Amino acid sequence: MSGGRTVGLAALLALAALVPFVVGSFHLLQATMVIVYAIALLGLNILTGYNGQISLGHGAFYAIGAYVTAVLLDRTGVPYWATIPIAGTVCLLAGFLFGLPALRLEGLYLALSTFALAVATPQLLKFRALESWTGGGQGLFVPTFQAPFGLPLAWDQWLYLIALAIAAVLFLLAWNLLRGSIGLAIVAIRDHPVAAASMGIDVARTKALTFGVSAMYTGIAGSLGALVAQFVAPDSFSFLLSLSFLVGSVIGGVASISGAVFGAIFIQFVPDLADQVSKALTGAVYGLLLIGMMALMPGGAVGFLQAVRRRWPRVRVDQ
Amino acid sequence: MDAFLHQFLSGLATGGIYATFGLALVMIFQATHYINFAQGEQAMFSAYIALILIQAGLPYWAAFATALVFAFVSGVAIERLVVRPFNDAPVLSVVVVFLGMLFIINSLAGWLFTYGVQAFPSPFPPGLGNRFLSGHEIGTILVTLATLAAVYLFFRHTRLGLAMRAAAENPEASRLVGIRVGWTLALGWGLAGAIGAVAAIMAAPVIYIEPNMMAGILLYGFAAALLGGINNPWGAVAGGFIVGVIENLAGAYVIGTELKLSVALVIIVVVLVARPAGLFGTSIVGRV
Repeated sequence: MSGGRTVGLAALLALAALVPFVVGSFHLLQATMVIVYAIALLGLNILTGYNGQISLGHGAFYAIGAYVTAVLLDRTGVPYWATIPIAGTVCLLAGFLFGLPALRLEGLYLALSTFALAVATPQLLKFRALESWTGGGQGLFVPTFQAPFGLPLAWDQWLYLIALAIAAVLFLLAWNLLRGSIGLAIVAIRDHPVAAASMGIDVARTKALTFGVSAMYTGIAGSLGALVAQFVAPDSFSFLLSLSFLVGSVIGGVASISGAVFGAIFIQFVPDLADQVSKALTGAVYGLLLIGMMALMPGGAVGFLQAVRRRWPRVRVDQ
Repeated sequence: MDAFLHQFLSGLATGGIYATFGLALVMIFQATHYINFAQGEQAMFSAYIALILIQAGLPYWAAFATALVFAFVSGVAIERLVVRPFNDAPVLSVVVVFLGMLFIINSLAGWLFTYGVQAFPSPFPPGLGNRFLSGHEIGTILVTLATLAAVYLFFRHTRLGLAMRAAAENPEASRLVGIRVGWTLALGWGLAGAIGAVAAIMAAPVIYIEPNMMAGILLYGFAAALLGGINNPWGAVAGGFIVGVIENLAGAYVIGTELKLSVALVIIVVVLVARPAGLFGTSIVGRV
């Protein structure tokens, strides 16, 4: 990262940290959800964009993360902040375990298996045998909490700042992971598995681990999402959530880190926007927007920005 | 034993719907290597056309035929107008375009025909049934078989069918011998649309008609196509029947209807892990 970019990103982060003090609580909630979705999409980007494994089921990991947090808060005395890493760890394991058999499946077969996971998730959450834990179809309430150390912050301001801090750390980690030798291995497997294997990359282990890391990101997002929504219920985690993750990922730019932010903004605001354009034809407006976006920028927002930059190279010399 | 036979045969009837729908998905896949996620919504819309014509007083089979023509024409139009411009786009972008189409057609149907659940007539008299199967189930199986036979005859014994197979197999060589590959592609979309519409019209009397009616069938048809081997149409058909029977038996004996979908999917995924190219598919071996 060049010095200029570091300063720019730090300034952006500082600006983002000011948001809770200038916007009202409704917009703050939306901004928090953008951060949450950005973390989830980053997880999907690592898997689908960098490693080439298509997942139509990341909503399932988001749901697992959300339910781990909700059940822990409901059943045990674990403090809310400790549930976030626990949710991440559980999803890391779940993703790794799901990734092992998924190793044998490629392309569409993997897409079907992950899609099956997405479809099965709400049914499993409603399953009667688990009802005493998950609250069945009714779901669970997630209690709110106070900012610590007597900080003069409302809970939503505090939650936003937590989410922002976690996102900053996770984005930095992803950037670091992907530019190193592991990142090269992840990309090499996407581009040419046979060549990657012959270079000595352990394809199976790397793919399963990538699946785990990806699920961990999305699970942490789910945990934060549950804290934001103060409520979890099976029907919030239908397969539509997984599809909207995929849409966000592609719209943002699937093989990129910053694309996750653009995608998160899209899936947070565009469905509401479509609803405002036409109450009766919300879906049609949304669909048209999707197709239009893909026609204008087939490589997603990041691909579009790169194309623009190539067309009009900056005059200023980076130094 | 009777109960088991009943569940098994009625699984074959729903399996016929999945088989037909899976065949529609495979047809587009073979020519383009995409799964058309909007296939179910196209089929649902055509079923609504049939319903409206029936309500307007048209005889059932005339409405059926008109709906198929509509499905064919709209399939061709979608290929020419929506899908073709994305020929060179990345795979995932095309998936998003299909999802966009799914939302558009779904929303249009809800707007034009309302989201309410409506009954859909069956042309088969209940008297056709016996103690194992209802009249409609027997009719569904017959229609499925007729559709499969028609598809088989078309691809095996007509010049156009041959040209379409050639275009899917090797587009460049086909172009050199004078086949208009672009149009055969559009034709394939049209035929897939019509075949999908058959599945929706046969399913509608059982699951009722509403804009979201095809979600389950799309998933099962997708599963059927993959289970049988996505590059093998007859595999997709066999896969459809297998999925239908698994679904019904799992629902009746293993776990109850509550988790029927999940169990069926788990079984399918397990089979796929054991045989990653599907039961009847061949894995594609590429040169490195």
